[in-house]
Amino acid sequence: MNETLQKAKRKVPLTKRFWWPQMLYCIVVLIPVTFLYLIIRIIPVAQTIWMSFYNWHLVKPDRPFIGLGNYAKLFKDQLFLDALRNTTVFAFVSVVTTLIVSLIIALMLEKTMRWKADTIYKVLFFLPVVPTFVSVSVIWKWIYDPSYGFLNYLVGLFGIKPRGWLIEPELALWAIILFFVWKNIGYYMILFLVGLKNIPSELYEAASLDGASSWQRIRHVTLPLLRPMTLFNLVMATMMAFNVFAPVYVMTMGEQGAPSNPVRVIVFDMYENGFRYLKMGYASAEATILLVIVSLLTLLELRLVRSEQ
Amino acid sequence: MNRSLLKVSKASEIVKHFFLILGVIFSVFPFVWMILTAFKPEAEAILWPPRFLPMNPTLQNFVDVFTRWPFLRFFLNSFVFAGVSTFTIVLTSSAAGYAFAKIKFRGREILFFIFLATMILPLETYMIPVYLFVNRFGWINTHQGLIFPYIIMSFGLFLMRQTIQTIPDELIDAARIDGCSEFRIFRSLVLPLSKGSLSALAIYAFITVYGSFTWPLIITTTQDMYTTELGLAMFQKAFFTEYALTMAGATITSLPLIIIFLLFQRNIIEGITLTGLKG
Repeated sequence: MNETLQKAKRKVPLTKRFWWPQMLYCIVVLIPVTFLYLIIRIIPVAQTIWMSFYNWHLVKPDRPFIGLGNYAKLFKDQLFLDALRNTTVFAFVSVVTTLIVSLIIALMLEKTMRWKADTIYKVLFFLPVVPTFVSVSVIWKWIYDPSYGFLNYLVGLFGIKPRGWLIEPELALWAIILFFVWKNIGYYMILFLVGLKNIPSELYEAASLDGASSWQRIRHVTLPLLRPMTLFNLVMATMMAFNVFAPVYVMTMGEQGAPSNPVRVIVFDMYENGFRYLKMGYASAEATILLVIVSLLTLLELRLVRSEQ
Repeated sequence: MNRSLLKVSKASEIVKHFFLILGVIFSVFPFVWMILTAFKPEAEAILWPPRFLPMNPTLQNFVDVFTRWPFLRFFLNSFVFAGVSTFTIVLTSSAAGYAFAKIKFRGREILFFIFLATMILPLETYMIPVYLFVNRFGWINTHQGLIFPYIIMSFGLFLMRQTIQTIPDELIDAARIDGCSEFRIFRSLVLPLSKGSLSALAIYAFITVYGSFTWPLIITTTQDMYTTELGLAMFQKAFFTEYALTMAGATITSLPLIIIFLLFQRNIIEGITLTGLKG
């Protein structure tokens, strides 16, 4: 007994003694898991990039190598360029608005209120996050309806004529941005509240003693200490926005099929090229571009976080 | 002077609540409008100007939703889809997470890094080869095909490794000395000690898979394989002029989730914050 205890204290012989059972575990668990990661993640990512250099059509047996041909074509394809521009505008505006609004709400809710009012507010602001994207998109499509939608009734009260919020080219993208902001505010509010909770209260007290106004406290204590959480939220929100698809599909798919070009987004364009026209190589080139955008954004975040430390 | 300060702070409190209530109305109103519309007969839904409360409230739309469109089947598909995926995600993440956290082997860090690197990539960026793979197996329009890309989750692996790392080495070594096999340690020591993260991961995984849209859209070809998300989208497309009916569809798909959320809001928000801390 004593002997085993002594062995337990010395790390090296112990790990050696139990080396085989541990290796057995690794073999039984990690080989299948690695296999799954290979066939579901790593190989498909590599194959996407590889396929983007081929003229790969699902039903044509001849799939010639065309180098950067797909990319050259993409950057002359007006539909793709529209999609790229729309997605960028969509991501930028929706992310900035969502984060600013959710931060303001989090700051308002930060101090405890009477009767647990802050919990009630939190739950109600979080409500739009709960259902799935399609069901809330269906609701908003009804609110935006050109003939009977509630929004047209609402703006009518202020003397504005009814509009086709999802139909008119200059409005549609903004309508979807408003929807997207509505859907995500609660989520980032919760994350900002976590960040705020982690700021030590002594810092606020010190600032108050120094005679800082509440705005100065926010400006010089809260915001700098909230930066890591803000960066994290920024990347999460941007990635989600670049990947937007379901709401656009639901809100703009009419009986004609394709969404009008003003709200075409990258994933939609990719879906159409790949799975409607079966141009898999061409769609892979689009996927690769999306992959590069997402990776670059993440690397940027990692660098920003690292420069903090 | 004190009194005027108090007045100022009271006034700012009122302004604060004013804006918060305005925000809450914005957040909640669409759901109120959905439910109110769902209870109206079709002719009443398109009255102009709209009336808030239904004059002749009816349940007919809810009956129609289930008789005109196989929503029960969609729910079943979604539960199989999200349930099986959640189970395998939790299993693979915790089993491999234990190996990465507590067993030293050559190449551990690099292997973990490779797995982790895929965390940031959405399925949409590599779904084409996965689709071709599933196609080769003849799994298009099957549950296997639907579930296949969701049986692993890099974030789950990361979360479980982080959690298991906090279990003291001494505890695991003691179990080893007592003659427990690694599998036994995993099952009777590691899993019970990481219950909190396991349930957070399960909730997160279920919500993520349940709400996925693009993959079900490309992999299913017949209505009987649709998930709730896809089924509702197609339902809206088919009956878009019947507003009250589509709102009944939106209600039956979103209300259960809202009720579950209101019942378990504390746990769910905690789960979200846990997943949010991954950065």
